[in-house]
Amino acid sequence: MPSSAVAGKSPGSALPPRPGKRHGERLGLILPTAMFAYIVRRILSTIPVMAVVALFVFGLLHLSPGDPAAIIAGDTATPADIARIHKALGLDDPLYVQFGSWVWRLLHGDLGISIFTNLPVTTLIAQRVEPTVALTISTVIVSVLVAIPIGVLAAWKAGSWIDRTVMVFAVLGFSVPVFVLAYVLIYLFAVRTDWLPVQGFVGLDRGLWPFLSHLVMPTLALAMVQAALIARMTRASMLDVLAQDYIRTAQAKGLPSGRVLIGHALKNAAVPIATIIGIGIALLISGVVVTETVFAIPGLGRLTVDAILRRDYPIIQGIILIFSAAYVLINLLVDLSYTFLDPRIRY
Amino acid sequence: MSVAPTDLVLAAEPVVRARWTRDYVRRHPTIVIGGSLLGLMVLMAIFAPYLGTVDPQELSPIHRLRWPSAEHWFGTDMLGRDVYSRTVYGARVSLTVGISVALLSTSFGLLIGLVTGFSRWADAILMRIMDGLMSIPPVLIAIALMALTRASLENVVFAITVAEVPRVTRLVRGVVLTLRELPFVEAAFASGTTLPRILWRHVVPNTLPPLLVQGTATAAAAMLVEAILSFLGAGTPPNIPSWGNIMAEGRSLFQVAYYIVLFPGAFLSVTVLAINLLGDGLRDALDPRLARRL
Repeated sequence: MPSSAVAGKSPGSALPPRPGKRHGERLGLILPTAMFAYIVRRILSTIPVMAVVALFVFGLLHLSPGDPAAIIAGDTATPADIARIHKALGLDDPLYVQFGSWVWRLLHGDLGISIFTNLPVTTLIAQRVEPTVALTISTVIVSVLVAIPIGVLAAWKAGSWIDRTVMVFAVLGFSVPVFVLAYVLIYLFAVRTDWLPVQGFVGLDRGLWPFLSHLVMPTLALAMVQAALIARMTRASMLDVLAQDYIRTAQAKGLPSGRVLIGHALKNAAVPIATIIGIGIALLISGVVVTETVFAIPGLGRLTVDAILRRDYPIIQGIILIFSAAYVLINLLVDLSYTFLDPRIRY
Repeated sequence: MSVAPTDLVLAAEPVVRARWTRDYVRRHPTIVIGGSLLGLMVLMAIFAPYLGTVDPQELSPIHRLRWPSAEHWFGTDMLGRDVYSRTVYGARVSLTVGISVALLSTSFGLLIGLVTGFSRWADAILMRIMDGLMSIPPVLIAIALMALTRASLENVVFAITVAEVPRVTRLVRGVVLTLRELPFVEAAFASGTTLPRILWRHVVPNTLPPLLVQGTATAAAAMLVEAILSFLGAGTPPNIPSWGNIMAEGRSLFQVAYYIVLFPGAFLSVTVLAINLLGDGLRDALDPRLARRL
């Protein structure tokens, strides 16, 4: 978050240069050290967060009322099934031993064994990761490319019909659920016109067009919410910046509007926009699970849904850990990017 | 003579009220539009049995997959159940989940937020937990909880509440930390007011406007998550029609009978839109500083 980043800067960097010390020395020595310390601190701060995630994922299975093995096995299970799951999950050991060995295996990259398929969860996740990553990246690219220009435009023409139209679309984007939008797209582009394949996923190795054509609809469905989120934040952040004195100065000295908007305003409005892109990843992950179901894309979302239906808890645990780690990592990168986006932020 | 002033007031009041209403509508169109749409949905949910509906669970294999007609306004599904009746009854599930989750997560979030705002050690522990929970996408928290419990409406509400509480807590904590430093709270402390009384009289009332706005966002999010859970088969049990599971059942038939997905989807979108408009309007009305920005 930008506020915490600014608040967290060391007081030393804001002081005027001390007499007897050259300006360049101060810049060259103190700043990178402070920044390095900040980066290390920020990276270390992800450890307690991931520890809580791990505790939650582990605790869920054991704090829930009843025998977790019986819940996983379902209503039609025989005692032998339950005993097998007991053994597979190591449920007969004391809780702290279970937690210790679970974390130990986790730190060695072992997410356990799937109850249904008997395959390692890491293998199952690795098999499914490509479509999900492709879909996520294409969605972020499309939503950023669409949302930032229209957000800038809305702020520039604040109060006009352009602004109002953009805001209406933003509210609509928040409100139409991703699977409803997905079905509207399927109806328009696959059922009625046959322009795009209805569902499935084709890897990049089978050619660029097959790969892209399968990605178009899921990406559009997912990008709507993201674009709404980013466009609203871009507009809000731009409105703040456009009210600043230096924007008036830039306009007064006769710079063309485009240069003022992009070079002066957008550059200074970038931090909140980057933040919202990072936070929006959580929403995107939720959307991916649904979108993959609608379009029958064999990704992590589809794996999650299959795991729910089979109550394959080790897979659900693994997926929550992977998705949360990805979310934490992306937001770490966003936080670290503030230094480049806004050189005034010093730590 | 004593009659005259009363007459005057009686004559003047309706005019003033009409003007006030007109001004209010003009100033906050989103509150009025969102509020009316949401009101309509609530009325529809309450009076579902009287709106020309039949039993939403009634099977009629002879009439399966009928297109929308005068007899079946929204058509019938693959088991011959009336999609119109199912959609109207489905509003009950969505609104119940939305309102319950908003109330529950606001209450818990307020409680935890107050504690973290006034106790340093509780803040250290609880906010670490909340930070951790916030880094798990809400749908996944709900999925994980639903995978371990039996499908029921109560469990859906519980699962989504767990996923939403951290966001409310963080909001309340932020407000409380700001309030704590303000002169009127300091003055209350200095004059010997007890902590519970300060919380109740000075702090809680000031958290209500942002909580109201957050509450609408929570309700909208909860309705979407419920629909997603039901759509994926991990939410409301199939014997209760909800917009999510009607769409899930229509999924495989989308190419031949898209209306099964279309109608519940449209109702869900309109309801969420109504709540979002209401929330936007409330934010504009309650916080003029933010209103200009977002």
